[in-house]
Amino acid sequence: MVLAELKNLSKRFGNRTVLDDITLQIDEGEILALLGPNGAGKTTLLKILAFLERPESGEVEFQGETVTEKNAERMRLQSAMVFQRTLFFSTSVYNNIAYGLRMRRLPQSTVKEEVKKALRLVKLEGFEKRSVKKLSGGEQQRVALARALVLKTKLLLLDEPTANLDPKNVQTIEEVIAAINHELKTTIVMATHNMFQAKMLPQRIALMNDGKITEIGAPPEIFGKLSKNLASFAAVDNTFTGNAKTTSAGTTLVDIGNGVQIEATVQRQGVTSVFVNPQDIIVSKSAVVSSARNVFKGRIIEVLDLGSLVKLRVDVGKPFTVQITKRSFSEMQLNLDSCVFLAFKASAVQVI
Amino acid sequence: MNPIIEGIIKAFELIFSGDPTVYGIVFRSLFFSGVAAILAALWGTPIAMLLGLKDFHGKSVIKGFFNALIGMPTVALGLILFLTFSKAGPLGFLGLLYTPGAIMLGEAVLVTPLVVSIATTAIEAVDPEMINLAKTLGASESQASITVLKEAINGVIFSDMASFNRAIAELGVALLVGGNIAGLTDVLTTDISKYTQRGGSDLAYAIALSIILMAIVFGINLIIIIARNPKVLATFGRSPQ
Repeated sequence: MVLAELKNLSKRFGNRTVLDDITLQIDEGEILALLGPNGAGKTTLLKILAFLERPESGEVEFQGETVTEKNAERMRLQSAMVFQRTLFFSTSVYNNIAYGLRMRRLPQSTVKEEVKKALRLVKLEGFEKRSVKKLSGGEQQRVALARALVLKTKLLLLDEPTANLDPKNVQTIEEVIAAINHELKTTIVMATHNMFQAKMLPQRIALMNDGKITEIGAPPEIFGKLSKNLASFAAVDNTFTGNAKTTSAGTTLVDIGNGVQIEATVQRQGVTSVFVNPQDIIVSKSAVVSSARNVFKGRIIEVLDLGSLVKLRVDVGKPFTVQITKRSFSEMQLNLDSCVFLAFKASAVQVI
Repeated sequence: MNPIIEGIIKAFELIFSGDPTVYGIVFRSLFFSGVAAILAALWGTPIAMLLGLKDFHGKSVIKGFFNALIGMPTVALGLILFLTFSKAGPLGFLGLLYTPGAIMLGEAVLVTPLVVSIATTAIEAVDPEMINLAKTLGASESQASITVLKEAINGVIFSDMASFNRAIAELGVALLVGGNIAGLTDVLTTDISKYTQRGGSDLAYAIALSIILMAIVFGINLIIIIARNPKVLATFGRSPQ
């Protein structure tokens, strides 16, 4: 059953076309992932599905009804969006989560009960009275999620729900997403950068680039086609395409350009796309003799402080994204332009 | 004894004896300026919300207009209002001239630009996505606007206190439209002016009123500072924890 339909949707901000003739059907009860680089139009598409933005041309239909300026307010009660950047009302966790319930004029006892259930679902029991500003990044993201799912809307829109979170929080949130979809049958549309997430969580993936949907289908279908649709993945972390050749040792060497050759245990020939999880890469200040087949020397070109973690972009000829603890970062005295070595096993290389 | 020192001593006597004339003047100041601040807040806050939340042609012109009026000389505004309220003026039929109403209305007009400017800045400082957050959680357009206002509440309260400060400390408007009629429209500033000019034994009254006026203004500023940063209380002699 179709829950929402976008027909020939276009959206411009000033001179820039953000969405270009988008046609998309969203089935009830599915998890649909929007995968694509920054600027592809994922956030705008989510906002249109959240009835927060109106398209310049084209139609939005929800449960068979066309969405107009007049009924958007009523429609919004059926969808909830969690933004990429966590945003909170300056008050307690309880009041934040209760906000939407109070807007719907639910009785106080129900509000109390539902907030408690939502906190339990995101594994933050007892956090009612805490001030949101004082929580960690992962806790804040979970509160933002609880604030939306407590409303039990038909449609839930998530913009990069696990971006910049440590693995444990990522796992918790992915479990919650799967649970809501499974138990409440909530339809979920989520924008993600994370290849792993796109492989495991959704039933369908829509590849987006430059305001268009270039491919749409089940994960195996999409990943199978990937080698032929390279441009979309330019900006997804640690995804590279190159020419693969099998070695005498039985492994595969993928030449991704600029003298960088990645060794993988999976067998492939010809044009291939590979992906390396940032968490599988070890950073060291000097070359370490180890069992890792892939060792590259490079320069740190970008540093992103995520609290207890630090995300680095290292140029070894091609840019890699790696993640280390803040402690390691300071102990190794790293900084922009620091020379580092990246190492990862051949078995850590995912071939798409 | 030096008349100034005599004046200061007598001033404290007036303050602590609860002299009815003195306290009548204090009460009128607080009351008129209080009402003025409330009026300015009532019509200024919706204007600030419009300027802070909506985009429209000429918005920067209107914002600039209010900003410019903040520093309006009080006597100049007093004159304009005097002409407006006088029998020949457009609002002469209201018969407001030389009544407490004129002072309250006049001071409200005086401080409105201040309320609008500060409150608009406070509302603009709220994250622009806040209104989308409220809406996606189910708020209507007006509910969402109120939510943004709540997020800006510190700045809005500051704008109200600043406007009260300006109202109670001004002379030009109260004098020209109020007429400084003893017991009816005389306030702290107008009487300080009158008693200072008279000099002699009346100097004590001027000094007493000045001390009280400054105490009120400093007191309000202190409340504003504490409200915006409660940690300041720790410097007032509390033992470190």
